[in-house]
This record gives sequence, structure tokens and C-alpha cells, in this order.
Amino acid sequence: MEMRSPLGRIRGLGSTNDGIGHWWLQRVTGIALVPLMIWFVFSAIGLAGADINAFKTWVGTSGNPVLLSLLIFTMFHHGQLGLQVVVEDYIHSELTKLGLLIAIKFSAIIFGGYSIYAVMRLTFGG
Amino acid sequence: MASRNRPLSPHIQVYKPQLTSVLSITHRMTGVALAFGAFLLANWVISATYGPEAFAMAQGLLASWFGRLVLFGMTLSLFFHLGNGIRHLAWDIGKGFELPQVRRSGILVLAFTVIMTLITWVMAYSVAGGS
Repeated sequence: MEMRSPLGRIRGLGSTNDGIGHWWLQRVTGIALVPLMIWFVFSAIGLAGADINAFKTWVGTSGNPVLLSLLIFTMFHHGQLGLQVVVEDYIHSELTKLGLLIAIKFSAIIFGGYSIYAVMRLTFGG
Repeated sequence: MASRNRPLSPHIQVYKPQLTSVLSITHRMTGVALAFGAFLLANWVISATYGPEAFAMAQGLLASWFGRLVLFGMTLSLFFHLGNGIRHLAWDIGKGFELPQVRRSGILVLAFTVIMTLITWVMAYSVAGGS
């Protein structure tokens, strides 16, 4: 049932109806990041001062490429969702807001995609 | 989009900072910091595909005093955001809303942040040998 008044609707006030999906994904990615980040921090400690060979060996070891790719995907996804909320809360100029939201989404996808591609290359050589 | 000037509720600057409000804004600030950290992580992994010199340079930057300062900030931010994120998840399922509980869980998150950060850096220095 439509709860808004016709005047409120025509002015574009109220929900855009995609809030629940965003809220839910932010929680799901957050939960996934708990074990992934703890795994990453304690793995990264062992890589302090490592040279490229030690790094490649670590990246390519058993489950590491999968975990690292999942971490990168989930981290950029969660980060994009979070930055989106921050921009929506504090930027009130419609054009700047749209520009920032698109820039954030693009950079998350580009850097996330590029680093997962890098993990694959480091794992399979080349 | 907004049409007329509507009355606004009093904004944050009229309130005295409290543990609850300070931790709330810290969650947001650490989240933004960690989003930048994500790009650092990406650059670190990507640098290895550009060969030994590029990776050595990335490692060198991270090991410099400034790099260590940034990484220390990232470690603090990460463990705070992780601990406080779990606190938020508890609230999401309706747990821990009583004021004494909110206070206790807030202090617990701060303790978790400090302890985990210390453990991480003690381990890092014992691996890298303090160099």
C-alpha cells in the first residue's frame, strides 16, 4: 500500500526502495571480513620484509589465492557500500554526490578486479 | 531536491561527547581510513606483478617510518572497526541495548583494539627483527 501522499511522491521524498539490500549486504560482507581479515593480518606479519620470491610462494600456497581473492572482493565491496553511505550523508550537492558515488564504485571495481587478476598471475606465473 | 527550509534538530556540536557518540563517529572514520587501506593492499599485491624492483620498492615504502606509521594506524583502525562491527551486529539482532551494556561493550571494544594491535606489532617486530 502506498503510504506517501501524492504531493510527497511527486516531490521525490521518501524511500528509493533499495535500502534493505544495501543494509543487508553491508552486514553480510562485514561478517565475511571478520575471519578473512584476521587470517590476512596474521599472514601479512610473516611477510614483513619479504622479497618477491617469498611473497609469490605465499600467494601461491594451497588455499591462499582463493582466500586472498575473496578478501579483496569482499573488502572492496564492503568499502564501497560504506563510503556510499558517508557520501550520501554529508554531500548535499546532487551533482557532486552522483560524481563521487560513481567514482567510488568505479575505483572499487577497477582496483578490486586488477588485484584479483594480479593474484591469479602471481599464482599461475607469467 | 529539498524544497522548503524545514526546522532542523539540534546538531552534534550542542551535545557533550560521550563514549557512545565518540565510538560511533570513530567507527565511521576508521571505516573511511580502511577504505584507503584497501587501495594500499591492492597496490602491494599488484606491485609484485611488475617484478622484483617494483615489489621491493613497495615493501621498502611500507617499512619506512612513514609506512610503519600508516600501517600502525591501519592496524588500530582495523581492529577497532572489526570489534565495533561485531558490536553493531549484536545490536542488529536486538542484543545489548541497555545503557550499562552499551558502555561495557564499548570499553570491551577499546580493550580488544589495543590488545590485538599490540599482539600484531610485537609479532611483526619479532619476525622482521626490528630492522
